[in-house]
Amino acid sequence: MTDERVPIELRVEALEQLLVERGLIDSAVMDKYIAMYETDVGPLNGAQVVAKAWTDPDYKERLLSDGTAAVAELGFKGPQGEHIVVLENTPAVHNVVVCTLCSCYPWPLLGLPPSWYKDPAYRARMVREPRAVLAEMGLRLPDDVEVRVWDSSSEVRYFVLPSRPAGTEGLSEEQLVPLVTRDAMVGVAQVTP
Amino acid sequence: MSKATGIHDMGGTEGWGAAPVPRPDEPVFAERWQARAFALAVLSIRLSGTNLDAFRHAMNRLDRRDYLDDGYYGRWLHGAENLLLDSSIIAQGTVEARAANMSGGSAEELGPPEPNKPDYAPAAAGSLREVSSAPRFAVGSAVRARAFDPPGHTRLPRYVMGHTGEVVIVQPAQVLPDTNAHFQGENPQWVYTVRFGSAELFGSDAEPFALHVDLYEDYLEEAP
Repeated sequence: MTDERVPIELRVEALEQLLVERGLIDSAVMDKYIAMYETDVGPLNGAQVVAKAWTDPDYKERLLSDGTAAVAELGFKGPQGEHIVVLENTPAVHNVVVCTLCSCYPWPLLGLPPSWYKDPAYRARMVREPRAVLAEMGLRLPDDVEVRVWDSSSEVRYFVLPSRPAGTEGLSEEQLVPLVTRDAMVGVAQVTP
Repeated sequence: MSKATGIHDMGGTEGWGAAPVPRPDEPVFAERWQARAFALAVLSIRLSGTNLDAFRHAMNRLDRRDYLDDGYYGRWLHGAENLLLDSSIIAQGTVEARAANMSGGSAEELGPPEPNKPDYAPAAAGSLREVSSAPRFAVGSAVRARAFDPPGHTRLPRYVMGHTGEVVIVQPAQVLPDTNAHFQGENPQWVYTVRFGSAELFGSDAEPFALHVDLYEDYLEEAP
Protein backbone atom coordinates (compact mmCIF):
# COMPACT_ATOMS: atom_id res chain seq x y z
CA MET A 1 0.00 0.00 0.00
CA THR A 2 1.39 3.40 -0.93
CA ASP A 3 0.92 6.65 0.93
CA GLU A 4 -0.76 8.25 -2.06
CA ARG A 5 -4.23 7.98 -0.70
CA VAL A 6 -7.08 9.22 -2.81
CA PRO A 7 -8.90 12.00 -0.93
CA ILE A 8 -12.20 10.61 0.27
CA GLU A 9 -14.37 13.22 -1.53
CA LEU A 10 -12.77 12.23 -4.83
CA ARG A 11 -13.03 8.54 -4.04
CA VAL A 12 -16.77 8.82 -3.42
CA GLU A 13 -17.29 10.80 -6.62
CA ALA A 14 -15.25 8.30 -8.65
CA LEU A 15 -17.23 5.32 -7.40
CA GLU A 16 -20.57 7.04 -8.00
CA GLN A 17 -19.51 8.01 -11.53
CA LEU A 18 -18.38 4.46 -12.35
CA LEU A 19 -21.59 2.85 -11.12
CA VAL A 20 -23.90 5.44 -12.71
CA GLU A 21 -22.09 5.22 -16.05
CA ARG A 22 -22.70 1.48 -16.12
CA GLY A 23 -26.35 1.90 -15.25
CA LEU A 24 -25.94 0.07 -11.96
CA ILE A 25 -27.20 2.89 -9.80
CA ASP A 26 -29.29 5.99 -10.34
CA SER A 27 -28.11 9.28 -8.80
CA ALA A 28 -31.74 10.38 -8.42
CA VAL A 29 -32.43 7.34 -6.24
CA MET A 30 -29.44 8.31 -4.12
CA ASP A 31 -30.79 11.87 -3.81
CA LYS A 32 -34.15 10.58 -2.65
CA TYR A 33 -32.62 8.32 -0.07
CA ILE A 34 -30.40 11.11 1.27
CA ALA A 35 -33.31 13.57 1.43
CA MET A 36 -35.35 11.07 3.42
CA TYR A 37 -32.79 11.03 6.24
CA GLU A 38 -32.06 14.75 6.00
CA THR A 39 -35.67 15.88 6.21
CA ASP A 40 -38.19 13.13 7.09
CA VAL A 41 -36.64 10.63 9.49
CA GLY A 42 -35.06 12.22 12.55
CA PRO A 43 -35.29 12.79 16.31
CA LEU A 44 -38.67 14.51 15.96
CA ASN A 45 -40.17 11.02 15.53
CA GLY A 46 -38.75 9.87 18.84
CA ALA A 47 -39.83 13.11 20.54
CA GLN A 48 -43.44 12.42 19.49
CA VAL A 49 -43.23 8.95 21.03
CA VAL A 50 -41.87 10.37 24.29
CA ALA A 51 -44.45 13.16 24.53
CA LYS A 52 -47.26 10.69 23.94
CA ALA A 53 -45.90 8.31 26.57
CA TRP A 54 -45.66 11.19 29.07
CA THR A 55 -49.30 12.18 28.56
CA ASP A 56 -51.03 8.86 27.85
CA PRO A 57 -50.46 6.16 30.53
CA ASP A 58 -51.96 3.40 28.38
CA TYR A 59 -49.62 4.26 25.53
CA LYS A 60 -46.65 4.28 27.90
CA GLU A 61 -47.56 0.80 29.09
CA ARG A 62 -47.76 -0.48 25.51
CA LEU A 63 -44.49 1.25 24.66
CA LEU A 64 -42.62 -0.40 27.52
CA SER A 65 -44.09 -3.86 26.88
CA ASP A 66 -43.81 -3.91 23.06
CA GLY A 67 -41.80 -0.97 21.75
CA THR A 68 -41.89 -2.06 18.11
CA ALA A 69 -45.70 -2.21 17.97
CA ALA A 70 -46.18 0.98 19.99
CA VAL A 71 -43.93 3.11 17.78
CA ALA A 72 -45.55 1.57 14.68
CA GLU A 73 -48.88 2.97 15.95
CA LEU A 74 -47.40 6.41 15.20
CA GLY A 75 -46.15 5.21 11.82
CA PHE A 76 -42.50 4.72 12.74
CA LYS A 77 -40.82 1.62 11.32
CA GLY A 78 -38.18 0.72 8.76
CA PRO A 79 -34.51 -0.17 8.50
CA GLN A 80 -32.71 -0.42 11.85
CA GLY A 81 -36.02 -0.62 13.67
CA GLU A 82 -36.97 -4.30 13.38
CA HIS A 83 -37.25 -4.86 17.12
CA ILE A 84 -37.35 -1.87 19.45
CA VAL A 85 -36.94 -2.12 23.21
CA VAL A 86 -37.78 0.99 25.26
CA LEU A 87 -35.87 1.69 28.48
CA GLU A 88 -37.46 3.99 31.04
CA ASN A 89 -35.33 6.50 32.90
CA THR A 90 -36.51 7.36 36.41
CA PRO A 91 -35.02 9.38 39.27
CA ALA A 92 -33.43 6.12 40.47
CA VAL A 93 -32.31 4.48 37.20
CA HIS A 94 -30.46 5.99 34.25
CA ASN A 95 -30.16 4.04 30.99
CA VAL A 96 -27.71 4.92 28.22
CA VAL A 97 -27.19 3.25 24.82
CA VAL A 98 -24.02 2.58 22.82
CA CYS A 99 -22.84 0.28 20.02
CA THR A 100 -19.25 -0.73 20.62
CA LEU A 101 -18.89 -2.79 17.41
CA CYS A 102 -20.16 -0.22 14.89
CA SER A 103 -22.76 2.47 15.57
CA CYS A 104 -26.15 0.71 15.56
CA TYR A 105 -28.91 3.20 16.28
CA PRO A 106 -32.75 3.23 16.05
CA TRP A 107 -33.02 5.02 12.70
CA PRO A 108 -36.85 5.13 12.45
CA LEU A 109 -37.05 7.03 15.75
CA LEU A 110 -33.89 9.13 15.77
CA GLY A 111 -32.61 9.24 12.19
CA LEU A 112 -28.93 8.67 11.49
CA PRO A 113 -26.56 8.77 14.47
CA PRO A 114 -24.85 12.04 15.48
CA SER A 115 -21.07 12.32 15.32
CA TRP A 116 -20.48 11.86 19.07
CA TYR A 117 -22.30 8.51 19.00
CA LYS A 118 -19.89 7.25 16.32
CA ASP A 119 -16.76 8.59 18.02
CA PRO A 120 -14.26 5.91 19.16
CA ALA A 121 -14.03 7.52 22.61
CA TYR A 122 -17.78 7.13 23.12
CA ARG A 123 -17.87 3.58 21.73
CA ALA A 124 -14.85 2.41 23.74
CA ARG A 125 -15.44 4.12 27.06
CA MET A 126 -19.22 4.09 27.58
CA VAL A 127 -19.04 0.39 28.50
CA ARG A 128 -16.14 0.93 30.90
CA GLU A 129 -16.62 4.26 32.69
CA PRO A 130 -20.10 5.56 31.85
CA ARG A 131 -20.30 8.11 34.66
CA ALA A 132 -17.02 9.69 33.61
CA VAL A 133 -18.10 9.79 29.95
CA LEU A 134 -21.51 11.25 30.78
CA ALA A 135 -19.86 13.93 32.93
CA GLU A 136 -17.55 14.88 30.04
CA MET A 137 -20.63 15.18 27.85
CA GLY A 138 -22.33 17.47 30.36
CA LEU A 139 -24.47 15.09 32.44
CA ARG A 140 -23.47 14.62 36.08
CA LEU A 141 -25.49 11.91 37.80
CA PRO A 142 -25.89 11.68 41.57
CA ASP A 143 -24.01 8.72 43.10
CA ASP A 144 -27.22 7.01 44.18
CA VAL A 145 -28.58 6.75 40.62
CA GLU A 146 -28.16 3.25 39.17
CA VAL A 147 -26.46 3.38 35.76
CA ARG A 148 -27.43 0.80 33.12
CA VAL A 149 -25.48 0.70 29.86
CA TRP A 150 -26.87 -1.14 26.80
CA ASP A 151 -24.50 -2.27 24.03
CA SER A 152 -26.47 -2.77 20.78
CA SER A 153 -24.71 -5.89 19.55
CA SER A 154 -27.70 -7.61 17.88
CA GLU A 155 -30.54 -6.26 15.70
CA VAL A 156 -32.44 -5.14 18.81
CA ARG A 157 -32.54 -1.35 18.92
CA TYR A 158 -32.76 0.40 22.28
CA PHE A 159 -34.57 3.67 22.85
CA VAL A 160 -34.55 5.65 26.09
CA LEU A 161 -37.76 7.13 27.49
CA PRO A 162 -36.43 10.11 29.48
CA SER A 163 -37.97 11.29 32.75
CA ARG A 164 -40.60 13.98 32.31
CA PRO A 165 -39.15 17.11 33.90
CA ALA A 166 -40.83 18.70 36.91
CA GLY A 167 -42.75 21.85 36.10
CA THR A 168 -44.21 20.54 32.83
CA GLU A 169 -47.43 19.18 34.34
CA GLY A 170 -49.55 21.82 32.60
CA LEU A 171 -48.09 21.24 29.13
CA SER A 172 -49.93 19.35 26.39
CA GLU A 173 -48.46 16.56 24.29
CA GLU A 174 -47.82 19.05 21.45
CA GLN A 175 -46.09 21.47 23.81
CA LEU A 176 -43.87 18.73 25.23
CA VAL A 177 -42.54 17.50 21.87
CA PRO A 178 -40.03 20.36 21.33
CA LEU A 179 -38.52 19.83 24.79
CA VAL A 180 -37.40 16.27 24.00
CA THR A 181 -33.86 16.10 22.63
CA ARG A 182 -32.10 13.40 20.67
CA ASP A 183 -29.39 13.23 23.33
CA ALA A 184 -31.97 12.48 26.05
CA MET A 185 -33.40 9.62 23.94
CA VAL A 186 -29.96 7.96 23.80
CA GLY A 187 -29.35 8.65 27.48
CA VAL A 188 -26.50 11.19 27.46
CA ALA A 189 -28.71 14.06 28.64
CA GLN A 190 -31.90 14.70 30.57
CA VAL A 191 -34.89 16.69 29.39
CA THR A 192 -35.13 20.13 30.97
CA PRO A 193 -38.28 22.27 31.02
CA MET B 1 -13.13 -16.31 4.93
CA SER B 2 -11.22 -13.19 5.75
CA LYS B 3 -10.38 -12.35 9.28
CA ALA B 4 -11.46 -9.17 10.99
CA THR B 5 -8.61 -6.84 11.87
CA GLY B 6 -10.31 -6.04 15.13
CA ILE B 7 -10.10 -2.26 15.09
CA HIS B 8 -13.91 -2.09 15.17
CA ASP B 9 -14.14 -4.05 18.43
CA MET B 10 -13.66 -0.94 20.55
CA GLY B 11 -15.58 -1.75 23.74
CA GLY B 12 -13.42 -1.17 26.81
CA THR B 13 -10.30 -0.17 24.86
CA GLU B 14 -8.24 2.81 25.98
CA GLY B 15 -6.37 5.69 24.42
CA TRP B 16 -9.20 7.50 22.61
CA GLY B 17 -9.26 10.70 24.65
CA ALA B 18 -12.27 12.62 25.89
CA ALA B 19 -15.83 12.01 24.74
CA PRO B 20 -17.11 14.72 22.38
CA VAL B 21 -19.60 17.25 23.71
CA PRO B 22 -22.85 16.96 21.69
CA ARG B 23 -23.86 19.89 19.51
CA PRO B 24 -27.62 20.31 19.24
CA ASP B 25 -27.49 21.85 15.75
CA GLU B 26 -25.28 19.24 14.12
CA PRO B 27 -26.34 18.58 10.51
CA VAL B 28 -27.17 15.00 9.45
CA PHE B 29 -24.28 15.12 6.97
CA ALA B 30 -21.52 17.62 7.73
CA GLU B 31 -20.21 17.33 4.15
CA ARG B 32 -21.88 16.34 0.88
CA TRP B 33 -19.52 13.42 0.22
CA GLN B 34 -20.77 11.82 3.44
CA ALA B 35 -24.34 11.83 2.13
CA ARG B 36 -23.20 10.34 -1.21
CA ALA B 37 -21.11 7.68 0.60
CA PHE B 38 -24.11 6.78 2.78
CA ALA B 39 -26.42 6.24 -0.20
CA LEU B 40 -23.72 4.46 -2.24
CA ALA B 41 -23.08 2.02 0.59
CA VAL B 42 -26.76 1.19 1.08
CA LEU B 43 -27.18 0.59 -2.65
CA SER B 44 -23.94 -1.41 -2.86
CA ILE B 45 -25.24 -4.05 -0.45
CA ARG B 46 -28.04 -4.84 -2.92
CA LEU B 47 -25.83 -4.40 -5.97
CA SER B 48 -23.25 -6.86 -4.67
CA GLY B 49 -25.90 -9.46 -3.79
CA THR B 50 -24.81 -9.53 -0.15
CA ASN B 51 -26.32 -8.55 3.18
CA LEU B 52 -25.97 -6.26 6.19
CA ASP B 53 -23.77 -8.71 8.07
CA ALA B 54 -21.40 -8.96 5.11
CA PHE B 55 -21.32 -5.17 4.97
CA ARG B 56 -20.41 -4.92 8.65
CA HIS B 57 -17.68 -7.51 8.12
CA ALA B 58 -16.45 -5.61 5.06
CA MET B 59 -15.86 -2.62 7.36
CA ASN B 60 -14.40 -4.69 10.19
CA ARG B 61 -11.62 -6.00 7.97
CA LEU B 62 -10.46 -2.55 6.91
CA ASP B 63 -7.03 -1.50 8.05
CA ARG B 64 -6.74 1.11 10.76
CA ARG B 65 -6.45 4.06 8.39
CA ASP B 66 -9.36 3.12 6.16
CA TYR B 67 -11.45 2.47 9.26
CA LEU B 68 -10.58 5.65 11.16
CA ASP B 69 -9.15 8.40 8.97
CA ASP B 70 -12.31 9.55 7.21
CA GLY B 71 -14.69 8.72 10.04
CA TYR B 72 -17.97 6.85 9.91
CA TYR B 73 -18.94 7.51 6.29
CA GLY B 74 -15.33 6.99 5.21
CA ARG B 75 -15.50 3.43 6.54
CA TRP B 76 -18.91 2.98 4.91
CA LEU B 77 -17.42 3.89 1.53
CA HIS B 78 -14.40 1.62 1.96
CA GLY B 79 -16.68 -1.17 3.19
CA ALA B 80 -18.96 -0.76 0.18
CA GLU B 81 -15.94 -0.95 -2.12
CA ASN B 82 -14.93 -4.22 -0.43
CA LEU B 83 -18.37 -5.70 -1.19
CA LEU B 84 -18.22 -4.56 -4.82
CA LEU B 85 -14.70 -5.99 -5.21
CA ASP B 86 -15.68 -9.30 -3.59
CA SER B 87 -18.62 -9.70 -5.98
CA SER B 88 -16.51 -8.54 -8.94
CA ILE B 89 -18.80 -5.62 -9.70
CA ILE B 90 -15.69 -3.47 -9.96
CA ALA B 91 -12.09 -4.54 -10.51
CA GLN B 92 -9.27 -3.79 -8.11
CA GLY B 93 -7.75 -0.41 -8.91
CA THR B 94 -10.67 0.93 -10.95
CA VAL B 95 -11.76 3.52 -8.40
CA GLU B 96 -8.20 4.78 -7.99
CA ALA B 97 -7.76 5.00 -11.78
CA ARG B 98 -11.02 6.90 -12.21
CA ALA B 99 -10.08 9.26 -9.37
CA ALA B 100 -6.73 9.92 -11.05
CA ASN B 101 -8.42 10.59 -14.39
CA MET B 102 -10.91 12.94 -12.76
CA SER B 103 -7.94 14.97 -11.53
CA GLY B 104 -6.39 15.28 -15.00
CA GLY B 105 -4.40 12.03 -15.07
CA SER B 106 -4.43 9.35 -17.75
CA ALA B 107 -4.57 6.10 -15.82
CA GLU B 108 -5.74 2.97 -17.60
CA GLU B 109 -9.17 1.88 -16.38
CA LEU B 110 -9.97 -1.80 -16.38
CA GLY B 111 -13.33 -2.65 -17.85
CA PRO B 112 -15.99 -4.21 -15.65
CA PRO B 113 -15.16 -7.82 -14.68
CA GLU B 114 -17.66 -10.70 -14.84
CA PRO B 115 -19.83 -10.29 -11.75
CA ASN B 116 -19.32 -13.07 -9.26
CA LYS B 117 -22.00 -12.59 -6.66
CA PRO B 118 -22.29 -15.01 -3.74
CA ASP B 119 -24.78 -17.85 -3.88
CA TYR B 120 -27.05 -16.18 -1.38
CA ALA B 121 -30.72 -15.44 -0.87
CA PRO B 122 -32.29 -14.48 2.46
CA ALA B 123 -35.04 -16.77 3.80
CA ALA B 124 -37.10 -13.66 4.60
CA ALA B 125 -36.68 -9.91 4.86
CA GLY B 126 -34.76 -8.53 7.82
CA SER B 127 -32.98 -10.42 10.58
CA LEU B 128 -35.78 -11.73 12.81
CA ARG B 129 -36.78 -15.37 12.28
CA GLU B 130 -39.15 -17.92 13.80
CA VAL B 131 -37.36 -20.95 15.26
CA SER B 132 -38.95 -24.15 16.48
CA SER B 133 -36.45 -24.88 19.25
CA ALA B 134 -37.10 -23.63 22.79
CA PRO B 135 -34.63 -21.07 24.17
CA ARG B 136 -31.75 -22.82 25.89
CA PHE B 137 -31.56 -20.13 28.60
CA ALA B 138 -34.24 -18.23 30.52
CA VAL B 139 -34.45 -14.92 32.34
CA GLY B 140 -32.32 -15.37 35.45
CA SER B 141 -29.98 -18.01 33.92
CA ALA B 142 -26.31 -17.56 34.81
CA VAL B 143 -24.34 -17.70 31.56
CA ARG B 144 -20.77 -17.27 30.43
CA ALA B 145 -19.76 -15.61 27.17
CA ARG B 146 -17.48 -17.96 25.27
CA ALA B 147 -13.92 -16.91 24.63
CA PHE B 148 -12.79 -17.63 21.08
CA ASP B 149 -10.74 -16.15 18.32
CA PRO B 150 -13.37 -15.68 15.61
CA PRO B 151 -12.30 -17.07 12.23
CA GLY B 152 -14.38 -14.37 10.52
CA HIS B 153 -17.26 -12.12 11.45
CA THR B 154 -18.77 -12.10 14.91
CA ARG B 155 -20.91 -9.84 17.09
CA LEU B 156 -19.45 -11.13 20.33
CA PRO B 157 -17.47 -8.21 21.74
CA ARG B 158 -14.08 -9.11 23.14
CA TYR B 159 -14.60 -7.25 26.42
CA VAL B 160 -17.27 -9.75 27.56
CA MET B 161 -15.50 -12.94 26.40
CA GLY B 162 -15.00 -15.40 29.25
CA HIS B 163 -17.12 -13.37 31.66
CA THR B 164 -20.19 -14.47 33.58
CA GLY B 165 -23.50 -12.61 33.64
CA GLU B 166 -27.24 -13.09 33.96
CA VAL B 167 -29.91 -13.27 31.26
CA VAL B 168 -32.37 -10.37 31.71
CA ILE B 169 -34.35 -10.52 28.43
CA VAL B 170 -34.92 -13.34 25.94
CA GLN B 171 -35.06 -11.47 22.62
CA PRO B 172 -36.65 -12.76 19.39
CA ALA B 173 -34.60 -15.23 17.37
CA GLN B 174 -32.32 -13.66 14.77
CA VAL B 175 -30.06 -14.66 11.91
CA LEU B 176 -26.55 -15.48 13.20
CA PRO B 177 -24.17 -12.82 11.83
CA ASP B 178 -21.15 -15.15 12.06
CA THR B 179 -22.42 -17.45 9.32
CA ASN B 180 -24.74 -15.06 7.47
CA ALA B 181 -21.89 -12.61 6.81
CA HIS B 182 -20.06 -15.38 4.93
CA PHE B 183 -23.18 -16.78 3.15
CA GLN B 184 -22.87 -20.01 5.12
CA GLY B 185 -26.49 -20.08 6.22
CA GLU B 186 -28.73 -17.98 8.40
CA ASN B 187 -28.48 -20.28 11.42
CA PRO B 188 -31.30 -18.39 13.21
CA GLN B 189 -31.19 -18.63 16.98
CA TRP B 190 -32.35 -17.03 20.21
CA VAL B 191 -30.65 -13.87 21.36
CA TYR B 192 -30.27 -13.01 25.03
CA THR B 193 -29.71 -9.69 26.71
CA VAL B 194 -27.14 -10.49 29.37
CA ARG B 195 -26.31 -8.23 32.29
CA PHE B 196 -22.73 -8.13 33.54
CA GLY B 197 -21.51 -6.36 36.65
CA SER B 198 -18.78 -3.81 35.95
CA ALA B 199 -16.49 -5.44 38.54
CA GLU B 200 -16.80 -8.79 36.69
CA LEU B 201 -15.68 -7.12 33.46
CA PHE B 202 -13.15 -4.56 34.63
CA GLY B 203 -12.19 -5.43 38.18
CA SER B 204 -13.18 -4.19 41.61
CA ASP B 205 -11.87 -0.66 40.94
CA ALA B 206 -14.38 -0.15 38.11
CA GLU B 207 -17.21 2.37 38.39
CA PRO B 208 -20.32 0.58 39.68
CA PHE B 209 -22.80 0.03 36.83
CA ALA B 210 -24.62 -2.73 34.97
CA LEU B 211 -23.59 -3.52 31.39
CA HIS B 212 -26.14 -5.15 29.08
CA VAL B 213 -25.17 -6.74 25.80
CA ASP B 214 -27.13 -8.87 23.30
CA LEU B 215 -25.58 -12.29 22.77
CA TYR B 216 -26.58 -14.99 20.29
CA GLU B 217 -27.17 -18.45 21.74
CA ASP B 218 -23.98 -19.85 20.15
CA TYR B 219 -21.94 -17.26 22.07
CA LEU B 220 -23.09 -18.54 25.44
CA GLU B 221 -22.53 -21.51 27.72
CA GLU B 222 -23.86 -22.29 31.17
CA ALA B 223 -21.91 -20.51 33.86
CA PRO B 224 -19.51 -22.94 35.56
